[in-house]
Amino acid sequence: MQFFFEVLIAGLLSGVMYALVALGYVLIYKASGVFNFAQGAMVFFAALTTAGLVDSGLSLWLAVPLTMVAMVVLGLLTEKFVLRPLVAQHEITLFMATIGLTFFIEGLAQAIWGANVRALDLGIEDVPLEWLLESANIAVSQFDLIASGIAAVLVTLLAIFFSKTKIGRALRAVADDHQAALSIGIPLQHIWGIVWAVAGFVALVAGLLWGARNGVQFALTFVALKALPVLILGGFTSVPGAIVGGLIIGASEKLAEVYLGPYVGGGIEGWFPYVLALLFLVVRPEGLFGERIIRRI
Amino acid sequence: MKYITRIFLAAAVATVTWSASAQEQFIPAIDYRVGPYAAGGSGFFGGAIDYMSLVNAKGGINGVKLVWEECETEYNATRGVECYERLKKSHGGASLVEPLSTGIAYGLLDRVAQDKIPMTTLGYGRSDAADGRVFPYVFPLITSYWNQAAGMIKYLGDKAGGLDKLKGKKIVHLYHDSAFGKEPIPVFEAYAKQLGFELIKIPVAHPGNEQQSQWLQIRQAKPDYVILWGWGVMNATALKSAQRNGYPREKMLGVWWAGSEEDVIPAGAAAKGYSSMTFNTPGNYPVLDEIKKKVYAAGKGNLEDKGRIGSVYHMRGVTAAILWVEAIRKAQEKYGKGKVMTAEQVRWGFENLNVDEASLKALGAFGMLPPVKTSCLDHEGSGAVKVQRWDGKSWKAITPNWVTGDKAMIRKMQEEGAAKYAAEKKIKPRDCSKEG
Amino acid sequence: MFYRESGQFKATYAEDSEIFPIRQDKIGIAVILAIAFLGIPLLAKTGFLSDYAFTAILTPFLIFSLAALGLNILTGYAGQLSLGTAAFMAVGAFASYNFMLRIDGMPILVAFILGGLCAAAVGIIFGLPSIRIRGFYLAAATLATQFFIVWCLTKVGWFTNYSSSGVITAQKIMMFGYTFDTSFSKYLFVLSVVSVMALLAKNMVRTNVGRSWMAIRDMDMAAEVIGFRPVRTKLMAFAVSSFYCGVAGALFAYAYLGTVEPEGFNLDLSFRILFMIIIGGVGSILGSFLGSAFIVLLPILLNMFTHFLDSSIGVDVPSGIASSIELMVFGAMIIFFLIVEPHGLARLWQIGKEKLRLWPFPH
Repeated sequence: MQFFFEVLIAGLLSGVMYALVALGYVLIYKASGVFNFAQGAMVFFAALTTAGLVDSGLSLWLAVPLTMVAMVVLGLLTEKFVLRPLVAQHEITLFMATIGLTFFIEGLAQAIWGANVRALDLGIEDVPLEWLLESANIAVSQFDLIASGIAAVLVTLLAIFFSKTKIGRALRAVADDHQAALSIGIPLQHIWGIVWAVAGFVALVAGLLWGARNGVQFALTFVALKALPVLILGGFTSVPGAIVGGLIIGASEKLAEVYLGPYVGGGIEGWFPYVLALLFLVVRPEGLFGERIIRRI
Repeated sequence: MKYITRIFLAAAVATVTWSASAQEQFIPAIDYRVGPYAAGGSGFFGGAIDYMSLVNAKGGINGVKLVWEECETEYNATRGVECYERLKKSHGGASLVEPLSTGIAYGLLDRVAQDKIPMTTLGYGRSDAADGRVFPYVFPLITSYWNQAAGMIKYLGDKAGGLDKLKGKKIVHLYHDSAFGKEPIPVFEAYAKQLGFELIKIPVAHPGNEQQSQWLQIRQAKPDYVILWGWGVMNATALKSAQRNGYPREKMLGVWWAGSEEDVIPAGAAAKGYSSMTFNTPGNYPVLDEIKKKVYAAGKGNLEDKGRIGSVYHMRGVTAAILWVEAIRKAQEKYGKGKVMTAEQVRWGFENLNVDEASLKALGAFGMLPPVKTSCLDHEGSGAVKVQRWDGKSWKAITPNWVTGDKAMIRKMQEEGAAKYAAEKKIKPRDCSKEG
Repeated sequence: MFYRESGQFKATYAEDSEIFPIRQDKIGIAVILAIAFLGIPLLAKTGFLSDYAFTAILTPFLIFSLAALGLNILTGYAGQLSLGTAAFMAVGAFASYNFMLRIDGMPILVAFILGGLCAAAVGIIFGLPSIRIRGFYLAAATLATQFFIVWCLTKVGWFTNYSSSGVITAQKIMMFGYTFDTSFSKYLFVLSVVSVMALLAKNMVRTNVGRSWMAIRDMDMAAEVIGFRPVRTKLMAFAVSSFYCGVAGALFAYAYLGTVEPEGFNLDLSFRILFMIIIGGVGSILGSFLGSAFIVLLPILLNMFTHFLDSSIGVDVPSGIASSIELMVFGAMIIFFLIVEPHGLARLWQIGKEKLRLWPFPH
């Protein structure tokens, strides 16, 4: 039983890390209907820039705000040069444009900082919590706990931002209907700029935490693969869905790998979350918290 | 930022490149410098090109200069095949090819046999390609995965105080869930049966950036050793996850693709005390000093970051280039000194390599790589490995001598594998007694 | 003026239902086929085209075109976004290999067809969720196919004939006693397969099957109301699409790479094929070919261009930077093309046709 809880806790904590990445997708999809393939590349870019600045002698406290500035600039440029010319295009075209953006960002990051791998030290040690290890023999990573705390704060902030501020309400209006939002005087491009900047911020947080967890290297772009099942499960448009979806995916994939894996040869973590999300969708096509779409002819 | 300024500098200072002449031996460098594995690619090919620059700076191979051309593959098989096809006939024809990628190597397997161009696969690819009768154009020089796996067990046995002491021990094989990770399993299983240790196989799904469930299983099993057969981000993640689950890194032993600076630096302090296999002894050697002095001082160095000279991947690249050059030298001994060798002649050179301790001393690389002696039967040439430990700053060798496992058993497995391949492809193995 | 169909009258039903009803199209296709089957071989004989062009450019271009065509049937005509193309290719390749290996005297084309059918069967199974899921949700869900199939091929030794390296080595392509082993003969082999299948596809999309796909794509509820069965139609699209991808995968293994590992059919490949149809034109047979040309050729051309700069002008860019910049330019070009023509390269041809029709009096 103790082992079961250990696996469960580890899964939930990993799930929060997945949700963090998924949030970036949700933000942009919610506000502009774009499935932003470049989110993984943005995570990589943010982490690499921070690590690169730290390696060139800056303190972390200076490097993070500087990276934030870079992310905002990147977001605004994306809006101006990629999305604005493509406004009102089919969503698959927009999706493809973000794929082009992915190549661009990946190339840019490596042109500036080189292909070397780097370590990123946030000053949080990644060791099991001692008292829990001693009292219940359950290993829970201190780093993951703190990361979850950060993620929780972030989600709360975003939720408040969306529901309580003027910009947040404008964002939701834009998400519901571009045309209607425009007609009542919401500056669409301005709003999109903000969304991309916020998504850049989320990418930065995800990049810092994942970068500190596994090192800063190109493979950071792969964390996107962990976020996709979370998105399917939680819905593309729901912030709480991303969190709950993350928790479900994280816990179930770990439990499946440990308890189901040995019977089929293991290594099922790559596809299990997708199959789970798929089965879930078959039952509930709009996802966990997605809005039920009433479709008419 | 400094790279950007370098571009402008480089653009301003236009350098004159050589014009191709008949007296040049061409080696295509189909490398990868962007993407997930760019750090390894740039280090390896940087090292190989640095050594070739050194050979040229010292007057070439008996007067024959080396010339190379780079082609970016992005570690993608299609791009790699395109690069190979593009370069195989330029500069008078490629002498050899080394893709440093399993996928590309497989894509080239049939092509090199058809074009009669030797392909070296240092430390990757099919283990059974060591059987030169079935694979005349493939050279998995120094060691293959199987010999490495045997070396690992030998080392763990020595550490425990003798192979018989492994009886009743638990060894976890934590592997990248792919053909690469599964390759050594037959060897481990054979040893487990023979020596009586328990082998626990735990796969990690690609890319391996999340391993909490595997490490919880490992924590549960309390193994005596964990063999890390990983690749890419999986290695750093494994080290980090070991730390967060309180598993001592001192009991972890990595494959050589988990044994470079690029694998441990991202893990930070978590990597300290971890050891891995290698076919190079880390350290400094006269040949590296020469590269610094004659290549980098002249501004011809290939690495952007000079600090990486002598790093694991760089040294592996230098090692590869040493073997290429020695093969060409060997071929020249037979087919005419000071002449440009054809690919077929270079292949003969590879098959008759004899880089012994004396010649390694002369090259300034004594101890850096094991002596290599190939033959028509054995394209591997050595099978020896070393174990190195990461002390937080650099790799240090912890086995003074080269380690070899049960080579006879491995050879038998290689021959079986090659025979099966020959049967599938309907290849008639060469008769080695007739080779000169 | 050049592309005017006025004055071409259809007198019989057969004439009316030709694949290419317009004379200019017939000539165009005939010219393209003539160039592909006769012109290019002639150039090769006279030495203008080397082995390189066949084996490194034309063959992969054709194979990817076929895969893109398969995906285009599913995504472009039936409106089901999929990210599992490479998995279906893998099924085709591994199934063909096993048919060839285990059944003595199996003709290669039959093995390819059986391989394609296996892929189609897998496609139907993994297409089942499409009955209830749509859009990006379906796309992300098809990733399950991608990861599951590659995992399966790695796990089950039987598929690779228990090869210790977990790879399959494609048998020789032999037909009627002739072995296709040169790059040139392989090109012709691939070209024949791709041409036949492309024509079949061109025909299929205008039959009732194709029209039912498009009806489902444009408005599935409306289609259902007027009597199309959505389940059957969608699954049919998955099956046909997977069949095409499966054959493309078999060609990829047999006529191009030779030895393949399951990881060779990874997510990257799926994405690349998706790029092809979006760049080339969703819902267009021609677009599949144009997109494939774009994605296969552009990185190569960029790489050659950097080398050209390097060697002729002497701009000595460090290799790592050069590769990164190539990647950036590639990304920027994709965005640029999408902004210029969001409906893909095939749309450019349509616009061109319109222009040709009116020229020289555009009003």
